[in-house]
Amino acid sequence: MYKIIEAYEMVPNIYCMVVEAPRVAAKCEPGQFLIVRTGEDSERIPLTICDYDREKGTVTIVFQTIGASTTEMAKLKTGDSFRDVVGPLGKPSELIYKSVDELKKMNILFVAGGVGTAPVYPQVKWLSERGIKADAIVGSKTQSLLIMEDKMKEVSNLYVTTDDGSYGRSGMVTKVIEDLVAEGKKYDLCVAIGPMIMMKFVAKLTAELGIPTVVSMNPIMVDGTGMCGACRVSVGDEIKFACVDGPEFDGHLINFDEAMKRQALYKTEEGRKLLEYTEGSTHHGGCGNC
Amino acid sequence: MDVMKKVPVREQDAKERACNFEEVCLGYTKEEAMEEASRCISCKNAQCMKGCPVAINIPGFIAKVKDGDIEGAYEILSESSSLPAVCGRVCPQETQCEGKCIRGIKGEAVSIGKLERFVADYAMENNIKPKTDVTPNGIKVAVIGSGPSGLTCAGDLAKMGYDVTVFEALHEAGGVLVYGIPEFRLPKTKVVAKEIENVKSLGVKFETNVIIGKSVTIDELFENEGFEAVFIGSGAGLPKFMGIPGETANGVFSANEYLTRSNLMKAFDEKSPTPIKRGKKVAVVGGGNVAMDAARTALRLGAEVHIVYRRSEQELPARVEEVHHAKEEGIIFDLLTNPVEILKDENGWVNGIKCIKMELGEPDASGRRRPVEIEGSEFVIDVDTVIMSLGTSPNPLISSTTKGLEVNNRQCIVADEDFGKTSKEGVFAGGDAVTGAATVILAMGAGKNAAKGIDNYLKNKNRG
Repeated sequence: MYKIIEAYEMVPNIYCMVVEAPRVAAKCEPGQFLIVRTGEDSERIPLTICDYDREKGTVTIVFQTIGASTTEMAKLKTGDSFRDVVGPLGKPSELIYKSVDELKKMNILFVAGGVGTAPVYPQVKWLSERGIKADAIVGSKTQSLLIMEDKMKEVSNLYVTTDDGSYGRSGMVTKVIEDLVAEGKKYDLCVAIGPMIMMKFVAKLTAELGIPTVVSMNPIMVDGTGMCGACRVSVGDEIKFACVDGPEFDGHLINFDEAMKRQALYKTEEGRKLLEYTEGSTHHGGCGNC
Repeated sequence: MDVMKKVPVREQDAKERACNFEEVCLGYTKEEAMEEASRCISCKNAQCMKGCPVAINIPGFIAKVKDGDIEGAYEILSESSSLPAVCGRVCPQETQCEGKCIRGIKGEAVSIGKLERFVADYAMENNIKPKTDVTPNGIKVAVIGSGPSGLTCAGDLAKMGYDVTVFEALHEAGGVLVYGIPEFRLPKTKVVAKEIENVKSLGVKFETNVIIGKSVTIDELFENEGFEAVFIGSGAGLPKFMGIPGETANGVFSANEYLTRSNLMKAFDEKSPTPIKRGKKVAVVGGGNVAMDAARTALRLGAEVHIVYRRSEQELPARVEEVHHAKEEGIIFDLLTNPVEILKDENGWVNGIKCIKMELGEPDASGRRRPVEIEGSEFVIDVDTVIMSLGTSPNPLISSTTKGLEVNNRQCIVADEDFGKTSKEGVFAGGDAVTGAATVILAMGAGKNAAKGIDNYLKNKNRG
């Protein structure tokens, strides 16, 4: 069992949990993910690691409730436990293999969308710990859904934008990228993590701007260890497995349209499970009457 | 009774079982087992034992069954095998022990597998445990992977007194026995969990959720955790695909994924939170045991199922019994047929599989006749789901993080056949990680040999 040291709702439907998982905390690096399971028969849920404390042996995860399994997870409180936590999985961000001198010469732009701010944070923090303050754009639908603003501000030059203009700059993250470049900023690398549709449009824009771009894919997975092949993504002419080859890939080579279709594979089943979970066995589709 | 023929074993009716996940074969009763055992002529120079990768004293245990001493029979079985209830169900006996049986020359071989299964099941039902009078020697050995090779190696080492910890990447121990082989062939709670309990009762510790190469490396197991030898039984790895157009369409799965969802995550049960696609018409590409398992799982989930295989029935790598069961249940075999493209609708969902007819040409490197395309014979099978069962390539997580561990050109770990010794000191390996996808019993044989190898290594090391 893996004890939850702290659990709270950050903004509506986005939760943060600090979990005791010494083996994961000892080895994980920015960019990697883990898999959690709530109960005896629960699904395996892959989540990118948001933060870690090697001494305390804890990892921090941030997740949004989407289906039945994440809704079940959200009910866990401080002091409860996950049945399983396994990791770290996937490859670390390539940044950590570069020398500090090399990194200091680079202008790096991080782009985070919604709950994607969580996986961006450890990378920006890692750089900041080495004396490098990168630019970061955090996009949110609206002010009340913005997460981790203070933490991000500590470790980056932060630009916040909201789709509805309720806070910070106004508009999509792509608009901010365009604005920053128009203001004369030059970037050698862009790291974009967020909803697939956001990453698609960021990659499209940075391709036009000639900025190499890394994205973090979160396809459907089962085992997460290189066994099931569910997480395959088309990268250029190649098929890659996000769990062992990724999750980070060259954003300019990813086939996002295909990846988005694949992400919707179990939408019907997931929708039914969620209804079943929230409403009990009274109504969860399949009856043919509605 | 006709001594030339096996005592028939009871099976669930084909029509009935096609709609449930209960076990197909119901096994012998004690009377039936004793009758079948009486067919064994107790050869002095028992050929059957030579066909067994773990060298079970077959005439010995059968003689005990003949006398009705099932506990005695179990004692003999458990000397050589840590997983008799599993082996009795999934070993390809027809090419191993039973294939060498003298009875089989003129009539049918003795049903060694079914007898083994009966004895193991009897022991479970009557709570008979393997003997555990070992003196612990306190020497720590790590076993990576809790599949057939790991469990066997761990069990044998524990019997020799070693302090064994098994590391498993998934949340449940058992490896392919849990995620790969379906419930209807190998019940999980009734059989696999109990066999693992037996290995635990020998003093073996299990740590789930540890991925060697990620959570901790082999070098760290030696340096930081006090292990003196390591056995790698990490199994097969990434599923292979054909590389034909349309393979990333929605509705194309690897057999690994399909089976893991159904077996490990229990997605066959509608109450499971893990979903599985219940296709209406399913094509399973491949002809091995895994293909049969995937096909029969899809059938039980309500689909019309086609096996698409490029060679003929004779070359099907699956066990005859599995092919026979699959046919009985209504699986359609499209043989000498090879997929060339997976067709999809405008939303990216599979709506057909385009195949080409094949004919057999000259024998190839495998000794089997090479399938050759018949030009212009393309046709489409109307399906909404495609399951690719083409084997696996080794998982790179361990080999890429372990210094000095040699792999061959297929990325399999290089280990000697006799004792599983690798190029790295103190590290032994066996099972699919070494051979590529093979059978449960071959993996068990490798685990057994490696246990001997590790024992020799540690004795020499601690002496010198």
